[in-house]
Amino acid sequence: MILTKAQYDEIAQCLVSVPPTRQSLRKLKQRFPSQSQATLLSIFSQEYQKHIKRTHAKHHTSEAIESYYQRYLNGVVKNGAAPVLLELANEVDYAPSLMARLILERFLQEHEETPPSKSVINSMLRDPSQIPDGVLANQVYQCIVNDCCYGPLVDCIKHAIGHEHEVLLRDLLLEKKLSFLDEDQLRAKGYDKTPDFILQVPVVMLCPLAVEGHIIHWIESKASFGDECSHHAYLHDQFWSYWNRFGPGLVIYWYGFIQELDCNRERGILLKASFPTDIVTLCHSIV
Amino acid sequence: MAAVLESLLREEVSVEAAVRWIARSAQSSEDDPGEAAALSSLQPLRKEFVPFLLNFLREQSSRVLPQGPPTPAKAPGASAALSGRAGGPPRGSRGARSQLFPPTEPPSTAAEAPPARRGGRRRCPGPARERGGRGPGGPEEGVSGESVPWAGGRRLRGSGSPSSPSSPSLALSDPPNLSNLEEFPPVGSVPPGPAGTKPSRRINPTPVSEERSLSKPKTCFTSPPISCVPSSQPSALDTSPWGLGLPPGCRSLQEEREMLRKERSKLLLQSPIPTCPTPESGLPLPSRTGSLTDEPADPARVSSRQRLELVALVYSSCIAENLVPNLFLELFFVLQLLTARRMVTAKHSDHEPSPDALDSLENPLFQSIHDCVFFAVQVLEHQFQVLSHLDKGTLKLLAENERLLCFSPALQGRLRAAYEGSVSKVSLEMPPSAQAVSFQPETDNRANFSSDRAFHTFKKQRDVFYEVLREWEDRHEEPGWDFEKGLGSRIRAMMGQLSAACNHSHFVRLFQKQLLQMCQHPGGAGAAVLGEAPDVLSMLGADKLGRLRRLQERLAAPQSSGGPCPPPTFPGCQGFFRDFILSASSFQFNQHLMDSLSLKIRELNGLALPQHEPSDDGESDVDWQGERRQFAVVLLSLRLLAKFLGFVAFLPYRGPEPPPIGELQDSILALRSQVPPVLDVRALLQQGLRAHRAVLTVPWLVEFLSFADHVVPLLDYYRSIFTLLLHLHRSLVLSQENEGEMCFLNKLLLLAVLGWLFQIPTVPEDLFFLEEGQSDPFEVDTVASEHGLDGVPVVDQQLLYTCCPYIGELRKLLASWVSGSSGRSGGFVRKITPTTTTGLGAQPPQTSQGLQAQLVQAFFHNQPPSLRRTVEFVAERIGSNCVKHIKATLVADLVHQAELLLQEQLVTQGQEGGDPAQLLEILCSQLCPHGAQALTQGREFCQRKSPGAVRALLPEETPAAVLSSAESIAVGLATEKACAWLSANITALIRREVKAAVSRTLRAQGPEPAAWGEQRGCSHACEHHAPLPSHLISEIKDVLSLAVGPRDPEEGVSPEHLEQLLGQLGQTLRCRQFLCPPAEQHLAKCSVELASLLVADQIPVLGPPAQHRLERGQARRLLLMLLALWKDDFQGPVPLQLLLSPRNVGLLADTRPREWDLLLFLLRELVEKGLMGRLEIEACLGSLREAQWPGDFSEELTTLFNLFLAEPHLPETQLRVRELVQPNRGAVLAQS
Repeated sequence: MILTKAQYDEIAQCLVSVPPTRQSLRKLKQRFPSQSQATLLSIFSQEYQKHIKRTHAKHHTSEAIESYYQRYLNGVVKNGAAPVLLELANEVDYAPSLMARLILERFLQEHEETPPSKSVINSMLRDPSQIPDGVLANQVYQCIVNDCCYGPLVDCIKHAIGHEHEVLLRDLLLEKKLSFLDEDQLRAKGYDKTPDFILQVPVVMLCPLAVEGHIIHWIESKASFGDECSHHAYLHDQFWSYWNRFGPGLVIYWYGFIQELDCNRERGILLKASFPTDIVTLCHSIV
Repeated sequence: MAAVLESLLREEVSVEAAVRWIARSAQSSEDDPGEAAALSSLQPLRKEFVPFLLNFLREQSSRVLPQGPPTPAKAPGASAALSGRAGGPPRGSRGARSQLFPPTEPPSTAAEAPPARRGGRRRCPGPARERGGRGPGGPEEGVSGESVPWAGGRRLRGSGSPSSPSSPSLALSDPPNLSNLEEFPPVGSVPPGPAGTKPSRRINPTPVSEERSLSKPKTCFTSPPISCVPSSQPSALDTSPWGLGLPPGCRSLQEEREMLRKERSKLLLQSPIPTCPTPESGLPLPSRTGSLTDEPADPARVSSRQRLELVALVYSSCIAENLVPNLFLELFFVLQLLTARRMVTAKHSDHEPSPDALDSLENPLFQSIHDCVFFAVQVLEHQFQVLSHLDKGTLKLLAENERLLCFSPALQGRLRAAYEGSVSKVSLEMPPSAQAVSFQPETDNRANFSSDRAFHTFKKQRDVFYEVLREWEDRHEEPGWDFEKGLGSRIRAMMGQLSAACNHSHFVRLFQKQLLQMCQHPGGAGAAVLGEAPDVLSMLGADKLGRLRRLQERLAAPQSSGGPCPPPTFPGCQGFFRDFILSASSFQFNQHLMDSLSLKIRELNGLALPQHEPSDDGESDVDWQGERRQFAVVLLSLRLLAKFLGFVAFLPYRGPEPPPIGELQDSILALRSQVPPVLDVRALLQQGLRAHRAVLTVPWLVEFLSFADHVVPLLDYYRSIFTLLLHLHRSLVLSQENEGEMCFLNKLLLLAVLGWLFQIPTVPEDLFFLEEGQSDPFEVDTVASEHGLDGVPVVDQQLLYTCCPYIGELRKLLASWVSGSSGRSGGFVRKITPTTTTGLGAQPPQTSQGLQAQLVQAFFHNQPPSLRRTVEFVAERIGSNCVKHIKATLVADLVHQAELLLQEQLVTQGQEGGDPAQLLEILCSQLCPHGAQALTQGREFCQRKSPGAVRALLPEETPAAVLSSAESIAVGLATEKACAWLSANITALIRREVKAAVSRTLRAQGPEPAAWGEQRGCSHACEHHAPLPSHLISEIKDVLSLAVGPRDPEEGVSPEHLEQLLGQLGQTLRCRQFLCPPAEQHLAKCSVELASLLVADQIPVLGPPAQHRLERGQARRLLLMLLALWKDDFQGPVPLQLLLSPRNVGLLADTRPREWDLLLFLLRELVEKGLMGRLEIEACLGSLREAQWPGDFSEELTTLFNLFLAEPHLPETQLRVRELVQPNRGAVLAQS
């Protein structure tokens, strides 16, 4: 699952302007049968998010919103059961969930006295039954269940995946009898930055082909693929901050990463795609 | 001055007397009356003798040695300097400003000889020329014979030699050219480098004159670039008999010389010249054109041996008495003489050595390489003691030096013995690269900040700081990278956020800790001691250096090296911290930094370092190593902190412009003298001297002062510090090793650092020679009392070299001789890294003053020091653990009680519970009194824990009585410490914790968590193999999206898949291992959506197009599975009301024919399983009817509603029975 930059680029190349639907994912899996599905999905999701970040602004001009809304209205007038909103989103190359949000906001602006608050919108997206218009509710719901990169369901899945891997990692640590402080304990102690785990006694992780090992004070679990963009953001917001406070540590990208990014080993940030097996711990008794 | 030298040479005055005279001014009773008379007449000149001597030697050597020790060129305007600082305050130099700097060397003459008896009192006596005694012709001519290639070489290097150019081919084989200042900067000068240049300091000749203008302050590092110096360097062409061109202002010197000349001619015949071997009868040396071989030195060809011996003796005596400013500089000079390669090729046509004026000063002292080497070896013999303490590498090079062997086999033997006896150096591993300062909740968590904002701001600042540091690490060596350009704006932006004063102190603490962590070890973090790259020479070792010679000659740039007196620098990582301070240019930051540095310096300086008490049982060899290491760590930390304190404190006053003079200076002085010093270093120095801790205090003080600006030494406050330091310097006579004296290496360290300080350009040159005669304002006695650190051998060779890396220049010089290299090869860069990093002992706890305390002290007095340390350590730790234990037990219990009380309160007073502040008060008034138990429990804890710890740490063989006393003392100290803290803080602690608990409880009062009810874990047997929640959400989502569409015609799900999915959902819900509340929430919602789709028959089933629908029975089975999951497995709320939301019920509207039986079935089951109440369902159905529906749908809905209402309200068990008997009412409905 550790890809070279070239391998990664090849995959990313296939993802340009692909809508985030079930069908797209299926095709991607067929195209790269040797890669794990989770890795492909993670890469797809990240690439798509990058794409959305780049194009986000153009969908949010008032002209664009107005034109989308009109198209939506026209569409549902013709046939309320047709996937109007979803097709609109695909047509203009925007995430269905985000398109749903856009139209919902616009709709509420028109129908409510006060502009809708963010929490109201979020709540309606989580539970479209709350949307006062039945047709819109169905349209929104359709967008959400068909979007594999955005939306409350996807967010929940991502959160769950992250949580599951933290639990997995915790089990592995317990199994190896490595005592640690977890995020909650750290937060309770008032730490300002909290990796998933801080080892109470550092260990050395040996890497194949490397002569010396790497001291590890903390471990961060990332249930995603480590691409350049996300890795640099994590470095800036998290990994270096951990290093700044706790010294060298380990990042596990469970869905793999671009090999070339593992360049800060000597500096104290080691990347792995799974929990390392070759660990040296401090000996308590000197025999 | 010359007169003194002359009288020494004529043996009118003994060396001893002369040195006494110079050193102490007053004549002592030991002096011969004749000598006394001779000397007293010269009284006014006394102070000028040493500078004169040093200058004399420098000049002599430069004249004789072409490549010889770079004679200090007189800086242009040096004479002007003499008249510069007019009207200066009394501190202004009145004397010649001998430059303390580099290349000075004392001339002395006079041999061992019995005091010359001529009591003649001459004002300016002096046989003039020095013994020019060598045979006619002498080396000069010989050299001139081969001058062409040499000159060519020099010319190429721009030394200004007039000799004709040589053929280009010679360029490669040029001999070293010492008069090229770029390659051979004057001793003590800084080679011109990217860092700016520092003018060399030179000792100006001392004119004999009554009136002396005040000298001008020296130029600072940045003033005249060194490149301008060579032009003024006279080299060998100078016509002056002194060998050096004198600045125009030195007329008085010329006059004096005239006088001397006359005198000399009168006296010439009276002084018989001792047999002075004049071997070479002036034969020109064979020309060795193009050859690089060094001129061999031959003891048999030394001219005027006696005169050289005399001068060497006087010179050595001055060194021994610390009359010269810098011991190591003189040694460097002497080694330069020893390793001089060739004679100068100058033609002194104007200067005919007069064969008869053997003891005059006018004849060159060094007429050949042989003279130089002879002289050098003489001096080295006198300095053997110091040499023997040099590092092994230097000793080896010295012992292997063939010239030394040839001139003094005895010395060589001693050196070899010293080399063999020298402890081999331990090469310590490099510390790991920069580590960050670790986050410590005690000092760094939210409680230490005034507000959330301050806390989060600091969080960001810490990260920016390290980001900047990392970028610096990566890039600072890239050519063209500039700190300010690269990082300046980011640093300032970050500093701009440090609004709260509290944040400044946090940041400064981080900065200072990081500084200590990275820079404490000079070799640390990849930076060599001198900030140089390790060079080839040192890697290959001296033995192979010869081979490298040719290669090295092709390498254009000689390796830079700081020389024996480098200016203060910020090597390695220190550069980052300096540049950070400069770029931040924040007044607040600097102030906080100075506060923090001062505090830390005071703390470390006052640290009660364990004192070595030599023990007879030899138990403490290990201890002793530890103590030495601790001392080294403290000393190095102090030096680093003091360096930065000096840097920041004097930063506003330093600049590239020359120091002010005249009235401007006076007004500046008046102003500056009002400013209190940033740290009362004078008081600390005085304390240090009194407490015999100079070995700790002086080295850091020197670092601090090395950053002083030009005005500082003129301020009375600092002037007095310099005076103290000068007295200390003078008192550190190495040869006196009495009982209780300061240890040799301690002294050597102080001499080295002080000598270095005296060479700093901002330290007035005259300071050294002027202050010395004044009466002691503070008696420095070097007799270390038994309690002083000074008397303890805390300094070892490693520490000496770490603190004074420039001593290593001696070795480099010798190594470059071996290599035959002409450049000043960088040579050895030592990386000395003490192993310890932390562990500064804490202050012993205060004990009460009573009798018991005295007894305790007495007890420790006769025990090994390790016992005391152990006891104090145990007490300190147990006391601290005791407090933690009380926090974790007693306080935690109280907090728990508080939570219970609070719950009660909330129950009785309703959800709101009342004002939190009031609640807190009530709770605290109930709980705080229990804090009193803390003392009792604390005592118990200490009693229980301390003895075991003491027992574990003391040797097994400790006598029982000693052990039990130690235990009880430890218990007492620990209890004292713990109880003192507890009684002062327990109430506040309880309050704080209870307050936190109250706010936690109140926050947790929110509806969300309460609704979750009790969470169950998985069963014991669970192996956590259930499918992951994320997987299930994802799978269900796929089903939902298929159902909602759009979908391809061939898409669909099989009923088996759905069943499997629900089965997996059950497993997942029963294994809680990976389940988090949000996931469960979504699973619940998705399952409800799925149920709605089942009810509406909207799930596309795989199979032939005809039967794209689930069979009724299958659907019912699936619904039952869902109902079971909702009832038994979900632990969070399931939004079942969504089943009756208009949207989900509306799904039925699209199906034809509409089938209501599944919905009715579901509603019944919901009621039956107690998942929803009838009333709840009725309410939902009621509101459903209010929505807008197509007409027929509304009707059917109403029918359903009525049907449901018609269901009898039966208890669950009865319902179940009925169900069995009378199946499926829904089917009936559907058929109706």
